[in-house]
Amino acid sequence: MNGFVMPVFLPALPEIALAVLAMALLMYGAFGGDRAPRAFAWLSVLALAVTTIVLLVSGNGDRVETFGGQFVMDGFGRFMKVLVLLGSALAIIMSMGFMERERIERFEFNILMLFATLGMLMMISANDLIALYVGLELQSLSLYVIAAIRRDTIKSTEAGLKYFVLGALSSGMLLYGASLIYGFAGTTSFAGLARLFAENGGVAPIGVVIGIVFLCAGLCFKVSAVPFHMWTPDVYEGAPTPVTAFFAIAPKIAAIALFTRTMLGPFGDLVGQWQQIIVAVSISSMVLGAFAAINQTNIKRLMAYSSIGHMGYALVGLAAGSEAGVRGIVIYIALYLFMGVGTFACILSMRQQGRMVEGVNDLTGLSKTHPMMAFMLAVFMFSMAGIPPMAGFFGKFFVFQAAVQAELYTLAVIGVLSSVVAAFYYIRIVKLMYFDDPVDALDKRIGGEMATIILVTGAITLLFFAYPMPLIDGAAAAAASLFGG
Amino acid sequence: MTDWPILSVTTFLPLVGAVFILLTRGDPAMVACNARNVALWTSLITFVVSLLIWANFESASAEFQFVERADWLPAFNISYHMGVDGISLFFVLLATLLTPLCILASWEAIETRVKEYMIAFLVLETLMVGMFCALDLVVFYMFFEGVLLPMFLIIGVWGGARRVYAAFKFFLYTLLGSVLMLIAILAMYYDAGTTDIPVLMRHGFHPSWQIWLWLAFFASFAVKVPMWPVHTWLPDAHVEAPTAGSVILAGVLLKMGGYGFLRFSLPLFPEASATFAPLVFALSIVAIIYTSLVALAQEDMKKLIAYSSVAHMGFVTIGIFVVNKQGIEGAIVQMLSHGVVSAALFLCVGVVYDRMHSRLIDSYGGLVYRMPVYAFTFLVFILASIGMPGTSGFVGEFLALVGAYKYNSWIASLAATGVILGAAYSLWLYRRVIYGKLEKEKLKDILDMNWREITVFAPLILVTIWMGVYPASFLTPMHASVDKLIRDYEKARAASAEPGDTPVVRLARLIGGGDQR
Repeated sequence: MNGFVMPVFLPALPEIALAVLAMALLMYGAFGGDRAPRAFAWLSVLALAVTTIVLLVSGNGDRVETFGGQFVMDGFGRFMKVLVLLGSALAIIMSMGFMERERIERFEFNILMLFATLGMLMMISANDLIALYVGLELQSLSLYVIAAIRRDTIKSTEAGLKYFVLGALSSGMLLYGASLIYGFAGTTSFAGLARLFAENGGVAPIGVVIGIVFLCAGLCFKVSAVPFHMWTPDVYEGAPTPVTAFFAIAPKIAAIALFTRTMLGPFGDLVGQWQQIIVAVSISSMVLGAFAAINQTNIKRLMAYSSIGHMGYALVGLAAGSEAGVRGIVIYIALYLFMGVGTFACILSMRQQGRMVEGVNDLTGLSKTHPMMAFMLAVFMFSMAGIPPMAGFFGKFFVFQAAVQAELYTLAVIGVLSSVVAAFYYIRIVKLMYFDDPVDALDKRIGGEMATIILVTGAITLLFFAYPMPLIDGAAAAAASLFGG
Repeated sequence: MTDWPILSVTTFLPLVGAVFILLTRGDPAMVACNARNVALWTSLITFVVSLLIWANFESASAEFQFVERADWLPAFNISYHMGVDGISLFFVLLATLLTPLCILASWEAIETRVKEYMIAFLVLETLMVGMFCALDLVVFYMFFEGVLLPMFLIIGVWGGARRVYAAFKFFLYTLLGSVLMLIAILAMYYDAGTTDIPVLMRHGFHPSWQIWLWLAFFASFAVKVPMWPVHTWLPDAHVEAPTAGSVILAGVLLKMGGYGFLRFSLPLFPEASATFAPLVFALSIVAIIYTSLVALAQEDMKKLIAYSSVAHMGFVTIGIFVVNKQGIEGAIVQMLSHGVVSAALFLCVGVVYDRMHSRLIDSYGGLVYRMPVYAFTFLVFILASIGMPGTSGFVGEFLALVGAYKYNSWIASLAATGVILGAAYSLWLYRRVIYGKLEKEKLKDILDMNWREITVFAPLILVTIWMGVYPASFLTPMHASVDKLIRDYEKARAASAEPGDTPVVRLARLIGGGDQR
């Protein structure tokens, strides 16, 4: 028996494809791809599309492990990866016009987006604490640079630096937690940890519990959940808007997926140990997201608090710690993708005399100047507030259903009450657009890609209720695969 | 019975009209004209279709009729399930009757964004009708909450000076109530594994659960009714809403609360309903007396009618929770009557408001000399609002009070003071607006109602008198369903064990003032 066995590459084929394509594009960019930035961006989108196709044809959603159990591919991963790839591709498409106008159309931006996406795919499939860290850092390092891509403005540089410093801190905490877990459990493999705790009947040494706390802290930072949310408003505001749009969606999906897999996989038998942490984090995120957004005047900051709140709702599903909870998370996140992308497409279309504006008040009277965009933005706002029949209602419905099934009534009641508070600032935007008269009208032209994105995501958000089954069945299958069903 | 999905057609026909209006393009004046016509004809056709429901309704049956069922979320046992019984039948008709009248009443009053206005009303009609027909809790909730969206826009876009405040208050108040109901729905789903209303009616929730579930539903419906002390959104919303918005608000939206009590609270949580009945009576009596007194002090006509609505709905909640045949049928008739009468009163205010742009009682007086037809119309509805025999208001109030008297004479006596106070504020309002000398310069050339306005009022007068003179045509279809409701309620209460002595139940008893058994 020789020591080296070739690992099975098939489950990781999408990641390999994306890595190869990204590197090929890097070469092409370095040797002259900078001449046609728009074409380059489309090539990057194409790379993501190819990856998606590879992902969809290379597996059938059955659970497969490879690389010595470090990497896992299952229905849950497949579903989340599709969402991440979709989110990244839409973010690149949304960035094109902005980058051209602001004269920062560098090919590195797209390459970094691709590498960040690759990191996210690795995170989703991580089945070992070390693989988790590698994926997370690949994503984070790319994101730090992207946040500061507009290096000649103070705000963007500040955002990048802030993100980097706090991100490094959180990575440190995560790593410390991982090392504690390894020290007390003797393995970094998720399967090994799961087996260990199952054999011990759900009892873990105190060192492991402390390790889990640190791990949670690191992961909460990545999903920007309270109390590790402080970076979010500043980074969202400082980073160029398309970058913010990217930050708000794809990395959140990946981090939530990672959070879910980590908590329910290796530590699934320790629900009693970590459930109260997640409940507390979830409640404080929902409440802070609702109250802190009320006074915001910058729409990007507002969206930052809104996304903190949304992560709180998604974590309600995790707190339930059940299959229904995971289903809720997947549905919530999938619908959040559409609402979020649509909202940011609207924000990116806000311009006066060719300049970007970010004030909430700049939306005043939008329904008179841009009736279609105002209608769609109203749909997104009502959806985020969770008013039926918009899609956002179903997200909340399924996470709260899981919470009620887990008999977490306090969590559910606080959750819906904070959604009423949050509804206030969402309908404030509707009020500005519909009840007030325009002061300084926004520019008429929106741009083809933007209009298409707004229309498609808006239609999905508005009409989801008519045919919800495909997404919900898919989410149910994804959740079942995580529980070995 | 019919073999085509008549309820879905009634529900979604207005939506088709809305989409049609949405797609019209071109010259703004033409678009506005088209929007008005399309909206009017769509809602009229919807009304005719809904009359077919009544015509084909089997009065003898207590079961849900015209039942439709389609898979919606089969994996979760949640389906699109529609049907009407004797309780919901007339609410559907009320919604379909009032919508075309609202559109007709807004014909000239609304000049800006006519297209959006008409779309909002048609969407609102779809949601209202769907809500009264839904037989699945999740579907019901979707319609129930969805109503907020068009109503929020109607108040906020076409409303008066403080419209933003009123719209926000309306939205957040009602949302706060309904989200608690959502949690209760999820808890019921967890317990019963289905959200199908007929199945849930047979489920029988544990009494200690019923307390919480009842309270959660109460939070939602009490705001909608509205009951004292959560009624404060109503005067604001009414005053600031455009006339047609007030009409729908008073005519149909308030009935969603009463309907909710009848459809959910009584049959699903009989134990808790009995426990909390004294609380409901106390709040209702306070509402009747207090808001009547407040109405006496009002200077704004719309506000006065708004407060009178709260008082009138107090009779409804008393009638529902005494749970006897007179009480419940009285409550339903009172809701229908109030739906027509208060809607008409708001329209009456709208008639003079369109001419003078003032709702203050002080700016009028002596209108009878210039507007005899208007004076007559107003009189009919003022008398109906007081509960004059021969009008619909009498039948509802009388039956509700008889029901209350059978249950407890004190409740009936206290509630009856509301009738006297009602006469006081209504007649005083009428005297100040219509009678007296025609002294104000501005009023000297005010014109009487035109044909369009008379067309709006004619059907309402007809219905008011019809309900007052021959209520049997409305009561007969109700009997079977109401009997079944009461029978099931009695049976459930007799069969269930003592609710146990948990702290929650003790607390509930304390609040509710003791178990009445």
